[in-house]
Amino acid sequence: MSSADIYREIILDYYRNPRNYGKIENPDISQKDSNPLCGDELEMHINLRNNQVSDVKFTGKGCAISQASASMLTELIMGKDFDFVKKLTKEDILENLGLHELGPARIKCALLSLKVLKYGIYSYVSEKLKDTVSADKIKEEASGLF
Amino acid sequence: MQASVMNIENIRNDFPILKRKVHKDKPLVYFDNAATTQKPIQVIDSISNYYLNYNSNIHRAVHELAEESTAAYELTRDKVAKFINIKHREELIFVRGTTEAINLVAYSWGRQNVQKDDIVVTTEYEHHSNIVPWQLLTKEKGAKLEYIGVDDNGELILDQLDTYLDTGKVKLVTFSQMSNVLGTISKTEEIIKKCHQKGARVLVDGAQSVPHLKVDIQKLDCDFFAFSAHKMLGPTGVGVLWAKKELLENMIPFNTGGDMIREVHKYETTWNDLPYKFEAGTPNIADVIGFSAALDYLDKIGMDKVREHEVELTKYALDKISAVKGIILYGPPDVTKRGGVISFNLGDIHPHDLATIIDEDGIAIRSGHHCAQVLMERLDVSATSRASFYIYNTKEEVDVFIRSLNRARELFRL
Repeated sequence: MSSADIYREIILDYYRNPRNYGKIENPDISQKDSNPLCGDELEMHINLRNNQVSDVKFTGKGCAISQASASMLTELIMGKDFDFVKKLTKEDILENLGLHELGPARIKCALLSLKVLKYGIYSYVSEKLKDTVSADKIKEEASGLF
Repeated sequence: MQASVMNIENIRNDFPILKRKVHKDKPLVYFDNAATTQKPIQVIDSISNYYLNYNSNIHRAVHELAEESTAAYELTRDKVAKFINIKHREELIFVRGTTEAINLVAYSWGRQNVQKDDIVVTTEYEHHSNIVPWQLLTKEKGAKLEYIGVDDNGELILDQLDTYLDTGKVKLVTFSQMSNVLGTISKTEEIIKKCHQKGARVLVDGAQSVPHLKVDIQKLDCDFFAFSAHKMLGPTGVGVLWAKKELLENMIPFNTGGDMIREVHKYETTWNDLPYKFEAGTPNIADVIGFSAALDYLDKIGMDKVREHEVELTKYALDKISAVKGIILYGPPDVTKRGGVISFNLGDIHPHDLATIIDEDGIAIRSGHHCAQVLMERLDVSATSRASFYIYNTKEEVDVFIRSLNRARELFRL
């Protein structure tokens, strides 16, 4: 993908005016991660009610791709069933971003948000729901992202 | 190509990689030399010549191949000794790189000489390899790790060093002769003098300085000095630790095993002489031999000329880049106080996005924290972009780079 295709108006807009930026007090899910190669940081907070995402916020610093990806992911999952959120895949995220052909170095930037989300779900499912079987599956998906 | 102190065209012809194109048809502009430099054909040939004609292990066998490889390996030691002007060749130890050299000192000297409540002083502009080993050591010993700060011009605040030294508890001061991010050249001789007056030992990280400046160890009179071959035209996997003989003689070995022993019995071992006491196992023979060709190459040009070329190019680049709207530059404004390293940010473009964009124009720069997160915290940024030059870079390449920065500004609607 050329830079002109990556840095479209919409990506720059989400980078400069991130939606759902901030923190939630005492969230049901709180997860933080960074990409040690480039130092991108991301923290995601989620509240659940009636098995749906009732609120989601993120904070972070990093490149346009990682921050836009996180912001767009929060919009994607807001109000959705927890089952939908659990099943999100790498392809869903890239589709949502409109970035299909990122190289091996930059795809990590795009997927950091999904990695944080999946590890957050893993902790929630294993510690609060005590469902170790589902939790292990989610953890495997998270660690397999990059 | 340009009026310069060296014939850049001839030099470029020695580097096959500079002829390749990237992103289909873009000439490569390689500005990531602080990470690693390209290799001239002479270095590549010398490594393949070893494997083609006299590959064998060194120091042990008596056959002809082993004699040739041992001689070639040891010849590199003599050349390094001459290159950085040291008296005793046995004070030079081949390691994997600067990182291993510093870890060796932290392990072998540090564990014996740093005790509870002692102080180890490093600086805010160190590479992680000159911070983490000292964190581990000082934590293990209950000693303290202190930092010399960096001022707004990117220079060390030496008054802070005085304060630490006045406690009388400083065992070691360790710092880089040139910052890999800011390019700042440390006031190395002045620091070493101050430390020795107060009885502190000094380790100088020369990873960025030896490739770009004439370094004279006898004149510096430090205690430990470390650098890497791959940042000065040589192969990866070779580095040098130099230390004063009386220190090395009293230090415990870092790695143990073959070649570093005199006699091994069931329960006791005696150590080999210097430098072999610190070179356990089969070393990186081929690449040490390749390093020899890199030293010859730099010697032929002359380190004074290398420096002259870089000062001229850096001055040109700083002038041009300063005029790019939205540029933020880090490091000393005065080119005589810095090496050919320019760290910067451009508007709100994250360095990784910037590096992706200008890579499309064939330009290789580094983006990120440059293994210097302590410095990033000091500068209050999460990352910077870094262009770093070497002997084969030209003003024309700087022009391509500047045009590409302006293209990035347009893409980001700055």
